[in-house]
Amino acid sequence: MKVLVPVKRVIDYNVKPRVKSDETGVDLANVKMSMNPFCEIAVEEAVRLKEKGVVTEVVAVSIGPAQAQETLRTALAMGADRAILVQTDADLEPLAVAKVLKAVIDEESPNLVVMGKQAIDGDNNATGQMLSALLGWPQASFASKLEIAGDKATVTREVDGGLQTIEAPLPVIITADLRLNEPRYASLPNIMKAKKKPLDAKDIASYGVDIAPRLKVVKVAEPPKRSGGIKVENAADLVAKLKNEAGVL
Amino acid sequence: MAVLVIADHTGGALSDNTHKTVSAAKAIGGDIDILVTGKDCKSAAEAAAKIEGVRKVLLAQSDDLGHGLAEAIEAVVVPLMSGYDAVLTPATSQGKNFSPRIAAKLDVSHISDIVEVVDASTFVRPIYAGNALETVQSSEAKKVITVRPTAFKAAGEGGSASVEDVDAGAGAGATKFVTEEIVKSERPELTGAKIVVSGGRAMGSAEEFQKVIEPLADRLGAAVGASRAAVDAGYAPNDYQVGQTGKVVAPELYIAIGISGAIQHLAGMKDSKVIVAINKDGDAPIFQVADYGLVADYKAAVPELMTALG
Repeated sequence: MKVLVPVKRVIDYNVKPRVKSDETGVDLANVKMSMNPFCEIAVEEAVRLKEKGVVTEVVAVSIGPAQAQETLRTALAMGADRAILVQTDADLEPLAVAKVLKAVIDEESPNLVVMGKQAIDGDNNATGQMLSALLGWPQASFASKLEIAGDKATVTREVDGGLQTIEAPLPVIITADLRLNEPRYASLPNIMKAKKKPLDAKDIASYGVDIAPRLKVVKVAEPPKRSGGIKVENAADLVAKLKNEAGVL
Repeated sequence: MAVLVIADHTGGALSDNTHKTVSAAKAIGGDIDILVTGKDCKSAAEAAAKIEGVRKVLLAQSDDLGHGLAEAIEAVVVPLMSGYDAVLTPATSQGKNFSPRIAAKLDVSHISDIVEVVDASTFVRPIYAGNALETVQSSEAKKVITVRPTAFKAAGEGGSASVEDVDAGAGAGATKFVTEEIVKSERPELTGAKIVVSGGRAMGSAEEFQKVIEPLADRLGAAVGASRAAVDAGYAPNDYQVGQTGKVVAPELYIAIGISGAIQHLAGMKDSKVIVAINKDGDAPIFQVADYGLVADYKAAVPELMTALG
């Protein structure tokens, strides 16, 4: 059984993004980049499935610039068996990403796709759902628990106000939520080993998918700044101010 | 121009998120219809019919729709879209789950989590956890959008639209519902509450969290929230989580107790009208966004606060 894990190279989640002064986007020059945290969770889950003997091969795929190889090497160091880079310098929208992933899936025929629920740059939370709709495979998004038995996946999902459990026959698209697992740190020996694992680079044009942007980005602006207020002396002072000054009690 | 709004309801009780999404639809303009999907949820459709400015309410009911399965909702909405230029859904977990499928099936972009309608084809949405606001323009024939409810005022009541049944579609196909565990609570729902009291990692344990945060929330009639650090440490359930990776709230009053104010938490609450922070570390970043800061150990400050509230 084969699992495909799409991963995205994004700004490191500890870095505060800065909007460019010409309002054309966020400045990514000389900024630390890392694997999207939700993608890390997806890689971890796939590697655990392999360690449990449920799957035999974990294939990581990334769509992005040449530097996305680093992100794929991280996935390989965590335990993925091989990697595919679909190389492009274009910034793809979720629909285009879903279409390219569908083309990769048509070639690779995995039994399962595990991917992050959203990337922390665009915050779209859309690619997995779109991929499921395009493939006609069942969708299990925002997963906090995954079990595979035979050809069936049972998935517990984070929903409004609690948890929902669904089941679906393979092949299926799973999107990972935060509580699915805690991703491991790659050990130094595994980082060294990952350098020798196969990584195929392909030109995005070879998939023949329309990746032209559909949306025009008019501008990217700083949100309005919230300035700090005042310090109060004690709880009684706080209650008085909330009642009399702010009028919220 | 016609806009379809997909209602948010729980077991037939219509949520305010629907009213807020109708406001976003009004900003786009044109006729507004509401689709209610679920099971035994005619009451939600009747409530939706009373929202001001609504032309008609469509009601689709089946077992799979009752469980909110994404494939089932998509199967109802996609055929209806021949009659609409845009479909707007509140950006709840459920909305985020099915809305992108509709876009993929219509071969159009998905415009996620809008906070402002500039005009009928231009929208503002937060990216990078709210650290930047992106304005996008769509020239596509159909617009598929999720709306961040806290960014819009609720549409008023006073309408008297008709309710008509529509085809409930083919169901969710191979995806089957198994079980659901919904936490029952007497407290207001987190994203719609007027006051939110949140606790952070400083609580140190789940027992302490319950002992400190919950009585204060109940005294104020508030919803309970938590930072991701408190959730990750197991002090509070995940659905309490306020932040980029949890819920986005914008109450009248947000009280952060023992929360340092990581970027990811601020992304979920910085649009609150009044922010109060109680933290013993006077340099905590939460004070940079707080209207009223109290530098104190919560162990002393919260009981004093309860006393001061009377």
